[in-house]
Amino acid sequence: MILFAGFFAPYDYATQDRESPFAAPARIRFMDQRGHFHLRPFVYASSNHAVNMQFFVSGDSYKIAGLFAARAHLFGVANPGRVYLLGTDGYGRDQLSRFLYGGQISLLAGLLAAGLSVSLGIFVGAISGFYGGWIDEVLMRGGELFLALPWLYLLFAVRAALPLHIAGWQVFLLLVVVIGAIGWARPARLIRGVVLSAKERNFVVAARGFGASDLYLLRRHVLPQTYGIVLTQMALLIPQYVLAEVTLTFLGLGVTEPMPSWGSLLSSLQQYYVLSSYWWMFLPALLLIPVFLAYYAAADALQERWKSVSL
Amino acid sequence: MESFPLRQRLAAVVFVALACALCCVRATPAQSGEDRMVTTAAPGHSGGRIVVALRSEPKTLNPVLAQDAPSRDVIRCMTADLIHINRETQKTEPALAKSWRVSRDGRQYTIRLRQGVRFSDGQALTADDVVFSFQVYLDEKIHSPQRDLLVVGGKPLAVEKIDAETVRFELAQPYAAAERLFDSLAILPKHLLENSYRDGTFSQSWSLSTSPAQFAGLGPFRLKHYVPGERITLERNPYYWKEDQKGNRLPYLDEISFLFVPSEDAQVIRFQAGDTDILSRFSAENYSVLDKQQATRGYKLYDLGPSLEYNFLFFNLNDLSSKSLPEIAKKQAWFQDVRFRQAISAALDRDAIVRLVYNGRATPLWGHVTPGNKLWVDDKIAHPGRSVESARSLLKAAGFSAKSDGSLVDSHGNPVEFSILTSSSNAQRVKMATLIQDDLKQLGMNVHIVSLEFRAVVDRLLNTNDFEAAIMGLGGGDADPNSEMNVWLSSGGTHLWHANQGQPATPWEAEIDRLMQQQLVTLDYAKRKRLYDRVQEIVAEDLPVICLASPNILVGAKDRIGNFQPAILDPYALWNIEQLYIH
Repeated sequence: MILFAGFFAPYDYATQDRESPFAAPARIRFMDQRGHFHLRPFVYASSNHAVNMQFFVSGDSYKIAGLFAARAHLFGVANPGRVYLLGTDGYGRDQLSRFLYGGQISLLAGLLAAGLSVSLGIFVGAISGFYGGWIDEVLMRGGELFLALPWLYLLFAVRAALPLHIAGWQVFLLLVVVIGAIGWARPARLIRGVVLSAKERNFVVAARGFGASDLYLLRRHVLPQTYGIVLTQMALLIPQYVLAEVTLTFLGLGVTEPMPSWGSLLSSLQQYYVLSSYWWMFLPALLLIPVFLAYYAAADALQERWKSVSL
Repeated sequence: MESFPLRQRLAAVVFVALACALCCVRATPAQSGEDRMVTTAAPGHSGGRIVVALRSEPKTLNPVLAQDAPSRDVIRCMTADLIHINRETQKTEPALAKSWRVSRDGRQYTIRLRQGVRFSDGQALTADDVVFSFQVYLDEKIHSPQRDLLVVGGKPLAVEKIDAETVRFELAQPYAAAERLFDSLAILPKHLLENSYRDGTFSQSWSLSTSPAQFAGLGPFRLKHYVPGERITLERNPYYWKEDQKGNRLPYLDEISFLFVPSEDAQVIRFQAGDTDILSRFSAENYSVLDKQQATRGYKLYDLGPSLEYNFLFFNLNDLSSKSLPEIAKKQAWFQDVRFRQAISAALDRDAIVRLVYNGRATPLWGHVTPGNKLWVDDKIAHPGRSVESARSLLKAAGFSAKSDGSLVDSHGNPVEFSILTSSSNAQRVKMATLIQDDLKQLGMNVHIVSLEFRAVVDRLLNTNDFEAAIMGLGGGDADPNSEMNVWLSSGGTHLWHANQGQPATPWEAEIDRLMQQQLVTLDYAKRKRLYDRVQEIVAEDLPVICLASPNILVGAKDRIGNFQPAILDPYALWNIEQLYIH
């Protein structure tokens, strides 16, 4: 659904309906005010003006996977009616469309950034834990230095060095690289710990005694023991990174208006008036709960699978 | 709210013609030789305390050094000035000065002090205190932020004691409304601060860790205690020099507490919960939240109408020949064409900004002086509605044309694409940019929004000039045109679109320079108004800044507070703190 957001979303993410800022979600109805049942669902555009829902309608144009232009949408209503299933934000933009489009950036950036930081973490953690000694010292002290760096100020400097306007795909790469590169030190420390204990296990020592190479030991015996921690780290980091994007946007390193992201949808909830007056602004947050639960479930399942394989 | 680093906070301003300058104050029948000022507000009852929130802890309690708004808010309650700007009438009135006389050439101000005035420690105020205060403000080693204001025509104000109750100030050149310079310049007790000034330790004096006994001021309140990270409490100054119409000495309140509450949302919640009594200046969104409970929670909200703040869109017109910014320099060919700027102004939906950004609690603007500035706004400035058609024809006349897909190209076939810079900490301006982006899409312009952290924005605007267009707001200070000299003079540091010019780059900037210089030395209000009207007309015509909207000043106070008369000048709700009382 997220991949084909253009089709499932009734409107473009930037379309403003200036007459209806903070419109409450429309209820899809089958019964009209007189109690008659209609087979075709409809919504009330105003208090007594009903508009039928239409399916597979032509509307705002969009691109599938950035390549093919299309205009077909799963549902919509005839102009000038509008249907907002999750309500609208302060500009009168459809929250459902923004949620779907926002997922495109957030999910992928979160996943890739978590992948990047965990891969770096595995690489550094494994080397440092396996070889120990001065290599360990250097890498781990380096990691601590990384944790201690005042990232905020470094990011200011990064932003100042970049051109004024950053195009869409560059923003995406930037997000992945910045978030991923900042986050490697913590997983690296965890993985180092696991590697440190794994390499002392009897079967590893035995394999070494039989003349196994370092690479073989790492690949066959040591790293498989870290999968559990790697997967939990991934599952924990992705939601964190979706939110980290809000901070980067504040510094001018993330997505800017009118492009949506899950982080920006959530950050609007930090304002008191939104929180206290417009309950439907919570809906994206509620929708995110199953998404993140699915992540954890997937991580869990993978972990179980690896356990059974490695046994 | 964020305002630009202008000197305008205390800036000298407006009119108050000579006639007013000669006025005298109704003196109370002198009781024990004390010459108290009688206020006009309704008499109230003594006693009680109020609690107000501050955005952060004050950095200092030294009036000479304070720069941040929380420090100034507290200091204002503890100190007094010679001549004061009445926030309600926006005109000057006598304060510690009982009267003053201006010489015919407008360069000499002779001020007579009120008799029998005492500091909050009981010591009498004399001309020596006044001379000492100005000596400190003008001392270059002290680096007072107020010093700039007291340098007129390149020379600092000369101060001279005539006798124990008379002081003479001399300016290097005539300066319209010079009496407004004195507003908010606190008079210091020489007997407490002279030693530290002589030792060179003045910058450490009157900090937050100084004991209350070391302070003495002429304001309605004096320091009681300070709890780090939590609150600062002031108590009634028993020697205050104002009284009500019944002859009771002001202030009415026994105590005022400032709580440190870090964000506006938190302040709104504390006010809603009844923890604070007054909420000064909050956003329109929060107004609608608080509005629902006005009746049940015992508070009242006030919408005071347009403030002095004007938000505007402007383009980078800086001379970029010495900087390596070829992309922006190329786009300046568009920005410098007045028809391009007029087209953009015509295409903007200012009503949508008022409605969506400020929930309707703002005023759309076509000129930089807001309707809140009653004495100076030029009513002749036209208020054309949104017209995409006239925008299109202006662009066509300027050589732009639309391609078949609707996108706009210039006469060389370059697509019209630029970015608008805003500060990400100001949600309102980001919202305005988002609406403008959508408006200009209808003209075929591809606009990007670049929102950066505030200091990065200022750096780009004033130092690197690496921006194409930006949205900013100015005008939080005084109502007088003099407070905006720095903005409108082409040599000014806050002449944002092209700051610090050696020679005015355009004929209209040269004309504004001439008009602003002329109004500065014109003492007659009507003549000054004509000059400043012309400035407003040039700005509305040539559009160096495309004005968008002025937010209304919104304040709230508990029902039980009497004499509550908020004003659109800073400090919006607390300017008459000495007259507030509890029902």
